[in-house]
Amino acid sequence: MTTPPIATTAPAPGEPGTTGAASAPGRIEGRSLGRIAWTRFKRDKAAMTGGVVVILLVLLAVLAKPIEAVFGLDPNVPHSDLLDPNLGGLPLGSFGGMSLDHPLGIDPLQGRDLLARLIEGSWVSLLVAFGATVLSNTLGTVLGVVAGYYGGWVDTVISRVMDTFLAFPLLLFAISISATLQGGAFGLHGLPLHIAVLIFVIGFFNWPYMGRIVRGQTLSLREREFVFAARSLGARGPLILFKELLPNLVGPILVYSTLLIPTNILFEAALSFLGVGIQAPQASWGGMMNDAITYYQVDTSYLVIPGLAIFLTVLAFNLLGDGLRDALDPRSN
Amino acid sequence: MTDTQPAAVPSPTPSPERDPQRAPLLKVTDLVRHFPIKGGGVLRRKVGAVRAVDGISFAVHPGETLGVVGESGCGKSTMGRLVTRLDEPTGGTVEFEGRDITHLGAAAMRPLRRDIQIVFQDPYSSLNPRHTVGTIVGAPFKLQKVATEHGVKRAVQDLLELCGLNPEHYNRYPHEFSGGQRQRIGIARALALKPKMIVADEPVSALDVSIQAQVVNLLDDLQRELGLTYLIIAHDLSVVRHVSDRVAVMYLGKIVEVADRDTLYSRPAHPYTTALLSAVPVPDPRRKERRVGAAPGEGGGRILLTGDVPSPINPPSGCRFRTRCWKAQEICAEQEPLLELLSPGQQVACHFPENQQSPENQVTTP
Repeated sequence: MTTPPIATTAPAPGEPGTTGAASAPGRIEGRSLGRIAWTRFKRDKAAMTGGVVVILLVLLAVLAKPIEAVFGLDPNVPHSDLLDPNLGGLPLGSFGGMSLDHPLGIDPLQGRDLLARLIEGSWVSLLVAFGATVLSNTLGTVLGVVAGYYGGWVDTVISRVMDTFLAFPLLLFAISISATLQGGAFGLHGLPLHIAVLIFVIGFFNWPYMGRIVRGQTLSLREREFVFAARSLGARGPLILFKELLPNLVGPILVYSTLLIPTNILFEAALSFLGVGIQAPQASWGGMMNDAITYYQVDTSYLVIPGLAIFLTVLAFNLLGDGLRDALDPRSN
Repeated sequence: MTDTQPAAVPSPTPSPERDPQRAPLLKVTDLVRHFPIKGGGVLRRKVGAVRAVDGISFAVHPGETLGVVGESGCGKSTMGRLVTRLDEPTGGTVEFEGRDITHLGAAAMRPLRRDIQIVFQDPYSSLNPRHTVGTIVGAPFKLQKVATEHGVKRAVQDLLELCGLNPEHYNRYPHEFSGGQRQRIGIARALALKPKMIVADEPVSALDVSIQAQVVNLLDDLQRELGLTYLIIAHDLSVVRHVSDRVAVMYLGKIVEVADRDTLYSRPAHPYTTALLSAVPVPDPRRKERRVGAAPGEGGGRILLTGDVPSPINPPSGCRFRTRCWKAQEICAEQEPLLELLSPGQQVACHFPENQQSPENQVTTP
C-alpha cells in the first residue's frame, strides 16, 4: 500500500477497514459504484472467503506449470516401483499410497502422482469452464437482451433458435464433433484442440439458458419509464441496450455465471468420462474421477480427491457470486 | 403543510401572456392510435383494435399550459406518448412549430428531442437505478452532444439547484432519494436541454399530497423563469386547475371539451365534465354545500355515473358518453357530436351542452 503523494487526505490513511467515519466533516464525498460495492463486499465474510478461494484456484491454475517444476512434480511420470502387482496394480501402503513424497498418493496401474495430476488438472478444468462460461454468457446476454428489447419477429426468431438449441442432443453432438475433429482442425492439434472443442461445445450449446434469463429480465425492464426517458432524449437502440438495460442485468448474469462455471467443470468431467473431452494422459479433474470409478469400492480416496477439488471450486464460486450480486445492487444495504 | 388539498386552493398564477394569434407550438389534428388485437391462431391475424386514441385535435400555444384530464384508460397517456413520438400514431398529424413530425424516423426526430421533453409519472421507475444522479441528469448533454460551458458536472449541479436539490448529491443513486426528490431529478433531466415544451404525464400522481404541492409549484416557477410550455396529463382535477391555463377533458379516446380553466371549472358544458367536477372531494363540509355548477336536478350534489366505461375495443355509436349520460336522446346514438366552438375559449362535443342560456339547448332530464 503506497502513501498518496498529496497531503489532502486524512493524516492517517490507515487500513480501509475503518468505516468511512474518517471523512472530513461538512463535505459530502460522492462514492463511485465500485467503492460502494467493495465496502459492502468486504463486510460479507462468506463472499470474501469464496473470493479468496477463487483467487487461489485461479493462481494455482495459472501457475500450475511453474509449481510443478519448483516442487519437482510431474503428472505423467509413472512410479511402478510403488505399485503392488499382487493386488492388480494398486499402490503399496494405505490410502492410495500416501507418503511424504506423494501427499495425495499415486494412481493405480500407472503410479502417477495424484497431487501433480490435481494441479495439472486445475488449469485444464478451469480454462474449459471459464472459456465455456464466457462464450455462452456473451452469446446468451447479447441475444437475450436483443430479443427482449426489440420483441416482435426478432424475438420470435431468437426464441425459436433457443428452443432448437435446447432440444439439441448435446452429448451426441459433442461425441460426434470430437470424433470428427480427432486428427486436428483450425491449425490445432492434441490438447489445444480438445480444449477448444470442449469450450465450443459446452459454451455454444448452453447459451440459451442464459439467453432466456436475460430475455425475461429485459422484457420487464424495457417497460420501465427510464427506457422511455432515454428514448425521449434520442438514445439509439444499442445505447439503450448496453448503457441502460445491461447494468440492471449484472446481478442475474453474475449469479448465473458463477453457477455455470461449476456446472461446466462437471460437464467437462462428464465429457472426459465419456472419452470425448480431454484425452489421456493429460490430467483433468473430470478425467481423474473417471479413472477413479473403477476403484471406488477398493479405495474411495481416488474419487474423493478430485471430487473435493470440484466441490470446493463450486462452493467458492457460488459464495463469490452471491456476494457479488448483493454488493453490486445499489438498492441493497 | 396545513392544507391537505394544496392544489384545491386556486392560485393566482399570473397567466403567461398567451396570444391566440400566434402560431401554436404544438398542433395535433385527428390523432389516432389503435392497438391491434391479434388472434390466437398461427397467422395471428388482426381481429380488432383497442381504440386508445380515436381522433383528437388540439393546439398548445407557446407559454401556456394545457391540462388534459380524464379517468383511467381514456387514452391520456397514449396521447402523451404519441405527441412525444415515443409511439407511432395510426393516423392524424402532430405538428411541432409548424413542422409535421408525425412519421419522422428516429434519426430525424433526434434534433427535435431537445425541444420536447417528458416528465414521467412514476419517479421510482423513470430513473435508472444503476445510474447516479449525475449520469441521469447529464445524459441529455451526452446523448445530444451538447457542449456545456463549464463541463457536464457543473451544468448538472446547476440544474439540480434549479430544481431545489442539493448539488452535492451529484454522485448519489436514485434509491437514496424520496419520491418528491426523485421527481425533481426527473424534472431536472427534462430541463437539461432547455426545451420549449414539456409533456408531463401524471407528474404528481405518484407523490404524497404535500409533496404534490411542492412539485406543482416547482413546475409553475420553472414555467415563469424559463418560459416553458406545458402539456400536463393528470386525473386529479385540482392539480390541473392549479397549473393549467386551458383544460381538455378526454373520454374514451376522444376530447369531449376544451376550455379556458376558469370557464371549464365554473361553467362546464359537457355532462361528463360536470360529473367529473362534481366528483372532486371538497374537504370543507360547508363549502361542499355551496358547490358551484349545480348539476341538473340534483341540487349541486354529486353526480353518480352509472355503469362502467364502455370498452375502447367496441365503443358506443354516436356520442361515446351516451351510455352513461342522463341527457342522452336518440340523436346521441345516431350522430357523433363534433368538437365545436360553443363560446369564445370553449369547445365542446355534445348535442345538449350544459349551462347554456340559449333555450333550444335546455333539455329537461328524462
